[in-house]
Amino acid sequence: MAVEQKRHPLIVSVSPHVRDRETVGRIMWSVNLSLMPALIASFYYFGPRAVFVTALCIISSVLSEYLFQKALKRQITISDGSAFLTGLLLGMNLPPSVPFYIPIVGSVVAVVITKQLFGGLGYNIFNPALIGRAFLLITWPRAMTTWSAPTAQFTALDAKTTATPLGILKEEGINKLIEEFGSKGDLYINLLFGNRAGSLGETSVILLLIGAAYLLYKRYITWHIPISFLSTVAILAWVFGGKEGLFTGDPLIHLLSGGLILGAFFMATDYVTCPTIRKGQIIFGIGCGAITMLIRLKGGFPEGVMFAILLMNCFAPLIDRNVKPELFGAVKEKKR
Amino acid sequence: MSLIREKGNWEIFKNGIFGENTIFRMAISLCPSIAVTNSLKNGITLGLAVVFVQVMVNVTVSALRKFIHPKIRIPIFMFIIAGYVSIIDMVMAAYAREAYREIGLYIQIIVAFASIFARAEVFASKNRLDKSFFDGLGMGIGFLLAMIIISFFRELLGKGTLYGLKIVAGKPLLIMILPAGGFLAVGLLMGFFNWIDIRFYGGKGASGAA
Repeated sequence: MAVEQKRHPLIVSVSPHVRDRETVGRIMWSVNLSLMPALIASFYYFGPRAVFVTALCIISSVLSEYLFQKALKRQITISDGSAFLTGLLLGMNLPPSVPFYIPIVGSVVAVVITKQLFGGLGYNIFNPALIGRAFLLITWPRAMTTWSAPTAQFTALDAKTTATPLGILKEEGINKLIEEFGSKGDLYINLLFGNRAGSLGETSVILLLIGAAYLLYKRYITWHIPISFLSTVAILAWVFGGKEGLFTGDPLIHLLSGGLILGAFFMATDYVTCPTIRKGQIIFGIGCGAITMLIRLKGGFPEGVMFAILLMNCFAPLIDRNVKPELFGAVKEKKR
Repeated sequence: MSLIREKGNWEIFKNGIFGENTIFRMAISLCPSIAVTNSLKNGITLGLAVVFVQVMVNVTVSALRKFIHPKIRIPIFMFIIAGYVSIIDMVMAAYAREAYREIGLYIQIIVAFASIFARAEVFASKNRLDKSFFDGLGMGIGFLLAMIIISFFRELLGKGTLYGLKIVAGKPLLIMILPAGGFLAVGLLMGFFNWIDIRFYGGKGASGAA
């Protein structure tokens, strides 16, 4: 704009006049970049299988977006990185041992049904990667809940099957979980660094946090959703999580395990599917946290982050409508 | 139904299948279209029951339309619908025990189907007997076809079978026979029919009615 004004000093145009260099592509590729540390850690922990699953997800996501847009003669938008991000997030949400057709079907559902059929990027109601994962979890429950233990050896091809920390916590209680990892301190350390069973990308909390810090620094995401999400989970885990009664739970285990960090920082904050108003984002985060803990403590699944975010996704427009600020100068309508 | 131009019976019949298809165009009676379409057999059975009830209700309402006082027409319609549903319910309980055990509840719920009540109210109570008969037949068969299409895809994808016969080997998509898959199938097929409508008929409805 500024350049044009120099050329035509008397040009009159409509707003916006001040423009930023940020584009959708730039933001999406930055998010992709911020996920890289955790992804590399997953390659380290889960071996070549992890590379295979992630690559398959990304390739089939980008390819299905390309083919669908080609078929509908829409503008091809694969270079903006959003399909890449969908594939990457879906891959990071899958167990490392899934058979090859699972990433492909999940990517097609995520990109075609959840995103493109609703009108493409910006029009989807739900987070595409999470819908892809939900579809897979319901369709192939056995394959999607077979977790393999981290090997931390790039050459190991066979993985040992084991339960996730949250699965152990749900089935056998906290003492068994501590026993599994040695001591309580070891448990925290292993959870923090990702040396545990789980989805590919969700394990390494510390590397995910580094990526999230980058996004916060660049102001691509704000603190509202993650912090309200995490603190709700922590408070509810502390109050209701314990077996011996109220206020005896261990919030740290709930914060560090499962897909909470990945979900709170990278998926709940998806621009398209979360409320746009700050106050609404806080409500959104609290809702996500409450549903997550409800599922973790009372539900049938050990992990509830995915369903929590999806359920709150449908409330996002409703929340936005109800926290909309008053128009300046508008007279408030009297309630009857 | 507009009374501007007198419609032929064939046109009325076609309207129920394409122009105002209960499920794909009007989006009513979606409850059975999701609940019982997890197998082709259930879908066809319920569809046939609906054809019967729809036709008989339309004919009866149309025949009695001069005698039904407008102020109490809704309870009267309910009685008529409930009567025919009871008939089909008892017939099925006596002669189709296997199917009845699976979808008996949904047979009884035909009483509350929006599509049947809507046609009695919108069409049969205002039109001649023969027209009402063809409207009922068209609407019923439109519903039956929709049920067949939905349950065809759901059973094929969800169980790998068709009418109980194994067709596809391998692991089926379990989600398709669960409720979530029902919504997916109905939504995708609805979108597909809308696309056909727009692509080939300019969005005016296949029979030019909608």
